[in-house]
Amino acid sequence: MRPFVSRTLAPLLLALSLLASPAHAALDPDELLDDPVLEERARGLSAELRCMVCQNQSIDDSNAELARDLRVLVRERILAGDSDAEVIEYVVSRYGEFVLLRPPFTLRNAALWASPVLLILGGGGFIFFATRNRRRQEVAKLSEEEDQKLKELLERG
Amino acid sequence: MTVEIGHFALVLAFVLTLVQFTVPLVGARIGDERMMAVGGPTAVAAFALTLLSFAALTYAYIVSDFSVVNVWENSHSQKPMLYKVTGVWGNHEGSMLLWIVILAAFAALVAWFGRNLPATLRANVLAVQGLIGASFMLFILATSNPFTRLNPAPMEGRDLNPLLQDIGLAIHPPLLYLGYVGFSICFSFACAALIEGRIDAAWARWVRPWTLAAWLFLTGGIAMGSYWAYYELGWGGFWFWDPVENASFLPWLAGTAMLHSAIVMEKRSALKIWTVLLAIMTFSLSLLGTFLVRSGVLTSVHAFATDPTRGVFILGILVFFIGGSLSLFALRASRLTTGGLFHPISREGALVLNNLFLSTATATVLIGTLYPLLVEAVTGDKISVGPPFFNMTFIPLIIPLLIAVPFGPLLAWKRGDLYAACQRLFAAFAASLAVVVVVWFFVDGASVAAALGIGLAFWLIFGPLTDLALKSGVGNVSPGIAMRRFAGLPRSVYGTALAHIGVGLTVLGIVAVTTLEVERMAGMQPGDTMEVSGYTLRFDGIRPHQGPNFTEDQGVFTYFNASGREMGTIISSKRLYTARQFPTTEAGLRTHGLSQLYIALGDRLPDGSIVVRAWWKPLVLLIWLGSVVMMIGAGFSLADRRLRVGAPSARKARPAGTVEAPA
Repeated sequence: MRPFVSRTLAPLLLALSLLASPAHAALDPDELLDDPVLEERARGLSAELRCMVCQNQSIDDSNAELARDLRVLVRERILAGDSDAEVIEYVVSRYGEFVLLRPPFTLRNAALWASPVLLILGGGGFIFFATRNRRRQEVAKLSEEEDQKLKELLERG
Repeated sequence: MTVEIGHFALVLAFVLTLVQFTVPLVGARIGDERMMAVGGPTAVAAFALTLLSFAALTYAYIVSDFSVVNVWENSHSQKPMLYKVTGVWGNHEGSMLLWIVILAAFAALVAWFGRNLPATLRANVLAVQGLIGASFMLFILATSNPFTRLNPAPMEGRDLNPLLQDIGLAIHPPLLYLGYVGFSICFSFACAALIEGRIDAAWARWVRPWTLAAWLFLTGGIAMGSYWAYYELGWGGFWFWDPVENASFLPWLAGTAMLHSAIVMEKRSALKIWTVLLAIMTFSLSLLGTFLVRSGVLTSVHAFATDPTRGVFILGILVFFIGGSLSLFALRASRLTTGGLFHPISREGALVLNNLFLSTATATVLIGTLYPLLVEAVTGDKISVGPPFFNMTFIPLIIPLLIAVPFGPLLAWKRGDLYAACQRLFAAFAASLAVVVVVWFFVDGASVAAALGIGLAFWLIFGPLTDLALKSGVGNVSPGIAMRRFAGLPRSVYGTALAHIGVGLTVLGIVAVTTLEVERMAGMQPGDTMEVSGYTLRFDGIRPHQGPNFTEDQGVFTYFNASGREMGTIISSKRLYTARQFPTTEAGLRTHGLSQLYIALGDRLPDGSIVVRAWWKPLVLLIWLGSVVMMIGAGFSLADRRLRVGAPSARKARPAGTVEAPA
């Protein structure tokens, strides 16, 4: 599946105080690779890489000079026969982890990646045990006396 | 002079909100009716004063009084009148003023409509609301005064950020703030309930309309912002997982969870503690959003540190309210009694499942938004958490929830029958499956994701329709009776169905545009043509155009349909706002049904041709129309008989639902 929304922008929602830059899709036709399959790969990779000088934009969307350089670099690496992972590795080795819009699965990012799973399991488990315990308690609540009374009432009715 | 009156009115309002906070709170504590009664009039007066203050600033904008720093920085005498007015809140100081006007307005509404509330509850709600108002008024007066003068006054203003010179600014922030701030009422109600140590089903009934109203506005605000970004930024994206967007999405997710848990509380007296916690969390997330956007912390922790006064002040407010309310919660929550029992397979169970998934989704987005800040603060490293992360985590969390949506309303309270619900939904399921098959085989270029996603969207539309049909007895009674039953259904039943259908429509739009969008890009000379999804675009050339405060190059396109018939012209332009020398792109849009043709101009290439990007965006309008349907649904629920003003009178409602905690 293609990424749901593959683009980032200069902030606009509540766009009141933050610096907003005039953003527009910046990939130019002269940068495109001739092979549509390779070009598709380049677009996919571009959406994963951050424009370092922008406010939360991927290099696919940014018109900054640096983003253009990176796009060209990604395409050069692809033409040189790199796999997607190799391209990413190459870019990270030059620009650091900040360039990745999807943080890698490292120990430092463990809390980030694990939290959704832990929360859903933890929350689900909590609900399961809380309701089970409560049901048990409530069911056990009628004493013999009350049972007797209930029986009488039922018979009378 | 007008400006000074505005400033003075704000100071008066600040003092009044202090009274609104203290006197009723003490009154409720010692049981003094006269002291409790102070809350209402002070809230109304504080609202009138903030409104006066806002009017004064607006006046300064309308007459372009550049002796006011705020007007000079954000306005221009040549700016169209609409943008002079909307420019009032198109900047930090003015938007905070709008924030407190809306906050005071909500307090005044509680004072006005809350006459049937128990006196102590009303007094405590107004007191908490007063404290929030006082904090933010102090924030404005101390760090962000919009009434500061400038001497000597410059001849001309510096103009408003051109991206904001749009009708979107007139609608988006006010709607968003109505939502954000509307949740303050739920927060105040929750705090009041904790202060009193008592909460019951009637409480949920009083809170629900405010939640619904706030949710309605927030939905509209987010949708409007999304559409604005779509046409203004020039490449037709509609959601970017930008931290600023997440700041508005977080209270929406939490508020949606609260809407659902409050139903359980109202009908079944269960989930009380959880609902109170959600009410606190929702407004806390609104405050967090305000902090993130206002403090500049998002750009970088370091940017925040260079001018920390405002940020630290809001952070103080944030810590005070979140910490205070959570402490109150920790102290008092054990006093709130737990309510009715239910089987896991039941309406309550379905709503708990909804809450589990929505809260996890909220937490995921929250952690993703804050994680880079956290890492930078702790280790000094900079990392990015962008759309790929959110898509990978949020979507898998939300899909099971969406699949479960049609089941909820079909399950009975206390103990439901899942098998029977499945049987009833069989037709809806079969119809959705048919949609999957049709998309897979007949829509050109459709992927598995497109087919399944569109099937899910139709499932979300057919499911609620099935619910409506069953509840009006279609198939069991004659069509005439079914029609009459349908008309007689409670409005909240329509509300639920419409809101869920709205979600389905939005999902349909999102799936269609992300999976079936067609993109074309080329350098074009006048006379060149480009083919986009069956339409042919002919580039006729660039013509200059002079706007009131900008110049623009308009690219003129003539477009033809597949059979070669001329369909009209589309103008897409590049603007330069002269005062700030700020370029923007104005996309050319043409709507066909629910789909749009979207054209944006790029740079000039060395050979003299212009880069043209064109998209065919199938069903894109459904993304926002779905939100409108959700809003209409919320409106129906709001109009339900049981929520109407005066319907749950204090005396009548209490004996029925109250479970008083031992004092």
